[in-house]
Amino acid sequence: MKHAPTGAIAHQPLALTNARLIDPVRQSEERGGVLIIDGIIRDLGPPVVAASLPPHAHIIDCAGDVVAPGLIDMCAFVGEPGAEHRETIATATAAGAAGGVTTILARPDTNPPIDEPAVVDFLLRRARDTGLVRVLPVAALTRGLQGAEIAEIGLLKEAGAVAFSDGPQSLRNARVMRRVMAYAKDFDALIMHVAQDPDLATDGVMNEGELATRLGLPGVPREAETIMLDRDIRLVALTRARYHATLVSTTLSLEAIRAAKAAGLPITCGTSINHLALNENDIGDYRTFLKLAPPLRREEERQALVEALAEGLIDVVVSDHNPQDVETKRLPFTEAEPGAIGLETMLSAGLRLVHAGEISLPRLLASMSSRPAEILGLPQGRLEIGAPADLIRFDPDEPFVLDPSTLHSRCKNTPFDEAKMQGRVKLTMVGGELVWREG
Amino acid sequence: MSDPRPHQKFRHRHLLGIEGLSADDILILLDRAEEAVEVSRQIEKKRTTLRGRTLINLFFESSTRTQSSFELAGKRLGADVMNMSVQTSSLKKGETLIDTAVTLNAMRPDIIVVRHAQAGAVHLLARKVDCAVINAGDGAHEHPTQALLDALTIRRNKGRIEGLTVAICGDILHSRVARSNIILLSALGARVRVVGPSTLMPVGIERMGVEAFRDMKSGLTDADIVMMLRLQRERMSGGFMPSSREYFRFFGLDADKLRHAKKDALVMHPGPMNRGVEIDSNIADGPQSLIREQVEMGVAVRMAVLAALAEHLPNE
Repeated sequence: MKHAPTGAIAHQPLALTNARLIDPVRQSEERGGVLIIDGIIRDLGPPVVAASLPPHAHIIDCAGDVVAPGLIDMCAFVGEPGAEHRETIATATAAGAAGGVTTILARPDTNPPIDEPAVVDFLLRRARDTGLVRVLPVAALTRGLQGAEIAEIGLLKEAGAVAFSDGPQSLRNARVMRRVMAYAKDFDALIMHVAQDPDLATDGVMNEGELATRLGLPGVPREAETIMLDRDIRLVALTRARYHATLVSTTLSLEAIRAAKAAGLPITCGTSINHLALNENDIGDYRTFLKLAPPLRREEERQALVEALAEGLIDVVVSDHNPQDVETKRLPFTEAEPGAIGLETMLSAGLRLVHAGEISLPRLLASMSSRPAEILGLPQGRLEIGAPADLIRFDPDEPFVLDPSTLHSRCKNTPFDEAKMQGRVKLTMVGGELVWREG
Repeated sequence: MSDPRPHQKFRHRHLLGIEGLSADDILILLDRAEEAVEVSRQIEKKRTTLRGRTLINLFFESSTRTQSSFELAGKRLGADVMNMSVQTSSLKKGETLIDTAVTLNAMRPDIIVVRHAQAGAVHLLARKVDCAVINAGDGAHEHPTQALLDALTIRRNKGRIEGLTVAICGDILHSRVARSNIILLSALGARVRVVGPSTLMPVGIERMGVEAFRDMKSGLTDADIVMMLRLQRERMSGGFMPSSREYFRFFGLDADKLRHAKKDALVMHPGPMNRGVEIDSNIADGPQSLIREQVEMGVAVRMAVLAALAEHLPNE
């Protein structure tokens, strides 16, 4: 059941009681409740019980379920403007609300691209008018995403862009990248880059190796990612720009990130939930829903990514939500578009890692909430007094089978089709307003 | 084929690749093909195995050889054969594939033979139709009837496959023939080598159970069978090889290089050949060549496959 934000609840004190509170910043948990007044967390912890609350407060007994900050997804395609047949802000945010994502960063590779302050403004207004959760625009790094001229980073940031990226494309020209970084540094703007050498990756549709050879599909070598990342790290050292590697997928890249962080460079990185939960073998019989960019890698690489996440080397996990309809997916593997939807399943898929004992629940939640908030300088994503009440409730053990027809996204290209999962969001709150409640 | 001996039944509804077939599956097809060779050598070649059945040759990539081989095989078994060549424009791409599959399916064919430039396209099509599907080559993935005809040719000339050393030479990277042959010949106990320049050698090929060589001399040493692959001309202008003359110098099969193989080594090529690029004319037409016999075996193997799949077709 969806609740359109009405504002009615925001003014009435609201309390979530009897919860397992998880604080991703301190990596701690305790029993207790959360008191929300005017959309802000006003009290927190064991003392917040039904008896201690103001008499007119609305109380939700969480029956021991987890309550944690709402998720912040740093990479999603929301369809507007220009690809409304694939997704709209309304459907993307409905998917986000149902999946516990309370802040979505919208990719700039729209049509027209988000390279104009007016388009940033359009997106923010559309989000305000049609969105259930927060949508923050990522603007273009280069004009028209063409990789040649610096975008109006200053004006775009003033208009409300929270980061800068050329979408799924890599900026091929090192000279342009250097200037973009140097310029972004002056505005303390965050660069988000998907590193993949376009020449080395040419024609590749899956991870290079034995499986690609058996399937007769052209491969993308791991080096395509890391060569571009290595270049970027050198340029960060030169310019000191804030740089976030949006999607890393290989151990080679992890080594490069580790060295860069050790050298004190302002570098962070993320990976997609797909690369943590799946490997290239899941492609099976040419399943195009598993065709992703960067491609799914071998199981050894997946395990290394999970370990890197557990130790904090990987800062962020994203959905890399990319709705594709049957017209772009029901094709031979080489011709199909890459991408998978993920807003609604990223938490459940992440909980697989927790249930497998590969990562702790607070660490997983940090990579989806407090770390993105820190990198982006956002006030939400924390379980703290004074923080916006962007909260989720879920029972991490509740089993279910994913039925794609129930997903809210306009496209159903989920790689977790019919998968057995555990842990589904029961309640999602944005600024104290309920935007999703199960059942 | 109206043979009094009962055939062992082939277990599969489609033939999408050699991958997934057991050694027994392969032998069932080869044994049936032996009978088809006899049928094809008689004056009266027509059988009634597929009488009333409709066979569609659906070729998204042109191929005179394979298409005519399937056409002849179908006709010799009494089927009605329709040839469809669909040239895919880059605009329409795979849309054509699904649309065509659904359209053809509505015409109620019994067997569709498909060739497509993209790996996996035949699998995709097989999921959308009700009839039996035969893969006549999908991208760089598989070409199962070619591997079967190669195995039949080898077995008829060497009496066995087990224990033979087979060197597959040339553009392994783009070759569906190489992949299907590697799987089939390994399954029947041959030692398979692949020989070619590193730029035309797929990553991880050793994990398919073959030994990889970068020069013809070591790759051909003591080989029983030398199987040459076609190299497309556009790949010899600097992309993968600097020139065709350099390719011929180092990887083209001539008498000099063939000398390293066993004295009774036999030479094969799936065709069509680039004479003077991957193979010297004297070798192609010489006493060690099985290339013409391969073409004859092609018809027989395709008759065998069609007959084997027909046993699964509904009879009501």
